[in-house]
Amino acid sequence: MHTESLGAIFVNALLINNFVLSAFLGICPFLGVSSKFETASRMGMAVTFVMFVSSLCAYGVNALLLWINAPYLQLISYIVIIASAVQLVEMFIKKFSPALFRALGIFLPLITTNCAILGLALFQTAKGYNLIESIVYALGAGGGFALAIILMAGIREELELTTVPDVIKGTAIVLIVAGILSMTFMGFAGLV
Amino acid sequence: MSTPTTLEPAASRTMDEFLKGLWKENPVFVQVLGMCPVLAVTNTVMNSVVMGVATTFVLLMSAIIVSLTRNWIPKQVRIATYILVIATFVTMADYIIKAVSLAAHQSLGAFISLIVVNCMILGRAEAFSSKNGVKDSIMDAMGMGIGFTLAIVMLGIVRESLGNGTLLGFALFGDRFEPWVIMVLPGGAFFVLGFLLLGINALNRRRAAEAT
Repeated sequence: MHTESLGAIFVNALLINNFVLSAFLGICPFLGVSSKFETASRMGMAVTFVMFVSSLCAYGVNALLLWINAPYLQLISYIVIIASAVQLVEMFIKKFSPALFRALGIFLPLITTNCAILGLALFQTAKGYNLIESIVYALGAGGGFALAIILMAGIREELELTTVPDVIKGTAIVLIVAGILSMTFMGFAGLV
Repeated sequence: MSTPTTLEPAASRTMDEFLKGLWKENPVFVQVLGMCPVLAVTNTVMNSVVMGVATTFVLLMSAIIVSLTRNWIPKQVRIATYILVIATFVTMADYIIKAVSLAAHQSLGAFISLIVVNCMILGRAEAFSSKNGVKDSIMDAMGMGIGFTLAIVMLGIVRESLGNGTLLGFALFGDRFEPWVIMVLPGGAFFVLGFLLLGINALNRRRAAEAT
């Protein structure tokens, strides 16, 4: 079915098929939370963690659904898992780092509707990864998301200091920068 | 193009709910919601149309259900409930598309399932349907859905015609046209949307300048 090594899966998810820049998953937080470096790196970590947890759970639930022969429940059960995982992370962060909790604000519950996470769960099922491969894939995808959002935040902090024509300020310039980043990432094609 | 539009004073409230989604509060261009499908599936016009119709269907059906049940859903679990309602309709849309056209289903891939996490749908459920009656919610959902469809079809037209030299599969420019491959690649999606937003910004600024 697939003959990738674990390293190939990791590099593939991290760079070549970067979730944000080439598969267009998780664009909302990528555009929304990338204005400050600090917040962006924390968001990256939170997403990676949620991805890890939900990937594990999705693997288990998929096995269960196949066993009871109800694949049409896949989507619904995945989204419930992700929502619960996000809730868990939210309670965890609230308890251990109230400052981070405030910094992430509305974007923490919105991780639930981060398509990167549901996309990850769906892709790992579609590709038929086993447990170890799923975990490696989740870590690669999470790392790729963090990498993209941190790169973007770095560029946006620089942008603050430069003179940008008024008309292009806001989302327009961010999208064009993202386009250039995406072209850069195309250079990784053929790495594996 | 540069004449400032004045709103008709007699336009009824219900009609306003519908119209605001098309331009003033367009989910894609103004609210910048639901970006993932906007960027991912707009490489051809056909994909954009299928995606737009599927999203509008889910938006409309979930708006009806959310609006009908808005007084019975406890505040604490509302988001989870909305997500479940949306996921149910997305599963239905997924199976319907698979039954009608397997080719369309394959070219959209996982992005049909990913309608669940389109923030626009949850956003409308939370911001509008949960507070308004069924009729207004339907108008709002239709407006937003059609606004979304128009926006992604616009992107699809630009990307398919420049990136592939075709429109809905028909050749546009003759043999000597060299396709701009970047337009169908991921980078092109960001560029086209960026420049569309730039154009809309410029248009709005000009209008604002003329109004004062």
